[in-house]
Amino acid sequence: MFDVNELKDKIAVIGVGNTKYGNFPETDDYGLAAQAFRNAVNDCGIDKNQIDGMLVSRIPYYARMGEVLGINPRWTVTLPGHGRMSGMGIIEAASAIASGLCNYAVLLYANIGLSRRVNYGGDESPGTWDPWGFTSPGAAHAMAFRRHMEMYGTTTRQLAEVSVAIRYHACLNPDAVMRNPITIEDHESARFITAPLRLLDYCLINDGAVCLILTSKERAKDFKKPPVMISGFGGQDTYSQSSIANFDMDFWYPAISAAGNQAYQMAGVTHKDVNALMCYDNFSPTVLFSLEGLGFCGQGESGSYVEDGALALGGRLPVNTDGGHLSNSYMQGWALNVEAVRQLRGECGARQIPDCEVVQYVQSTPCTRSIIYTRG
Amino acid sequence: MSYNKPLPRLDTLNKPFWSAAKEGKLLLQHCPACGDTRFPPGPVCPKCLAGDQDWVESSGKGTLESWIDMHRAYWDGFKDDLPYRVCLVRLEEGPVMVSNLVDKTENLRMGAPVKVVFDAVTEDVTLPKFTLA
Repeated sequence: MFDVNELKDKIAVIGVGNTKYGNFPETDDYGLAAQAFRNAVNDCGIDKNQIDGMLVSRIPYYARMGEVLGINPRWTVTLPGHGRMSGMGIIEAASAIASGLCNYAVLLYANIGLSRRVNYGGDESPGTWDPWGFTSPGAAHAMAFRRHMEMYGTTTRQLAEVSVAIRYHACLNPDAVMRNPITIEDHESARFITAPLRLLDYCLINDGAVCLILTSKERAKDFKKPPVMISGFGGQDTYSQSSIANFDMDFWYPAISAAGNQAYQMAGVTHKDVNALMCYDNFSPTVLFSLEGLGFCGQGESGSYVEDGALALGGRLPVNTDGGHLSNSYMQGWALNVEAVRQLRGECGARQIPDCEVVQYVQSTPCTRSIIYTRG
Repeated sequence: MSYNKPLPRLDTLNKPFWSAAKEGKLLLQHCPACGDTRFPPGPVCPKCLAGDQDWVESSGKGTLESWIDMHRAYWDGFKDDLPYRVCLVRLEEGPVMVSNLVDKTENLRMGAPVKVVFDAVTEDVTLPKFTLA
């Protein structure tokens, strides 16, 4: 009865905003989110009282958020602080606008992980396997990458290509957190955290906030900047073996493939049309798994695909042009979606992809989602 | 010195597993209705939703699916063990478990046969671990 493909190019991102990323103990989630919100409102020129939808992630209390911002929407959704919520939230908000539940949705995300010293492991995130010392998302990704090495012969030098390319992008982004270039040798000599993964395979925990404002295609014409269209999206969850958190025996290949195909079909494009990939890089191996699942290369072939700087600007597929989670900040996918919008608007300065028309976002996680953005 | 690593949180669901481990047995939750076997246990069978689940003893034999060496201690109790080895084992009966591989060798391969060993870490808790078979 309802065909999700009819949502192609019906919903637009009209405003984006973010804070600086760093250590900000003097403020909190609400303070950071308010800064990002103000930046997004100024970015598109909306009257904030027009906003009638609000989705928050990693914000302690939605009602306090509304109070802080002085908005009283008619549609509110709260998502937990898990990283995978960004893709889910954007799709939820698009659906809410399409069904008339709200006209202008603001999406807010804030993280105070650096100033509050969040570890993402140990007693902060108790799990089934704690007695054996197996904890943290990084350990789970190390476990997956070791399998990839064993099954396909992927090497850590190939894995290093991911971190090196994304760091190169951070060096082109004046707002990025890590702006010193790194080499494959730097990656290989960094200290182990969860071998085979090393320090440079890990994302950067920081304080910061991100905001997006979405509306319908028709309403999107009324704002300051050209709208960026949500042309396609797809999703697939993988909950079996969830007690081994952040891990999948098959590298989420079936889920990424399913989510990617839904998104490509809806947008009417293929991976060959994608000018840039914004890829959830909580840990570098996730990028390899994503490239395979989306069909940029065959299963098991991501190691050779990424060699010789393939993921850097000017390479075969620029990935995470803002520096991503690895070299900018772990804004849990939200900032990658903002970067997709900025690339399509042509606002990216030294890191701008020429003639950028199609940007894909993907999060390869237990809740795999992909979104394809195009110029309006 | 007292044991200062995290201990399992015992509940009505997992208590039989930990009681059996003390006696040197590795149990898997089993569905009498459809035969599904799993760890960790759940309140219903995720295949057929039957409520009454029982336990079967595993042979303790399996294959090495992956392994990592933890170089960071998220609990102080692991500090003196760094780096320590965590493994992923597929048991003969099908379920996949995370545990520790007691072998220190660098000469490991995915698919290597392993078998369970039991480490009585406290008076009340015995951890099933694995060694190369």
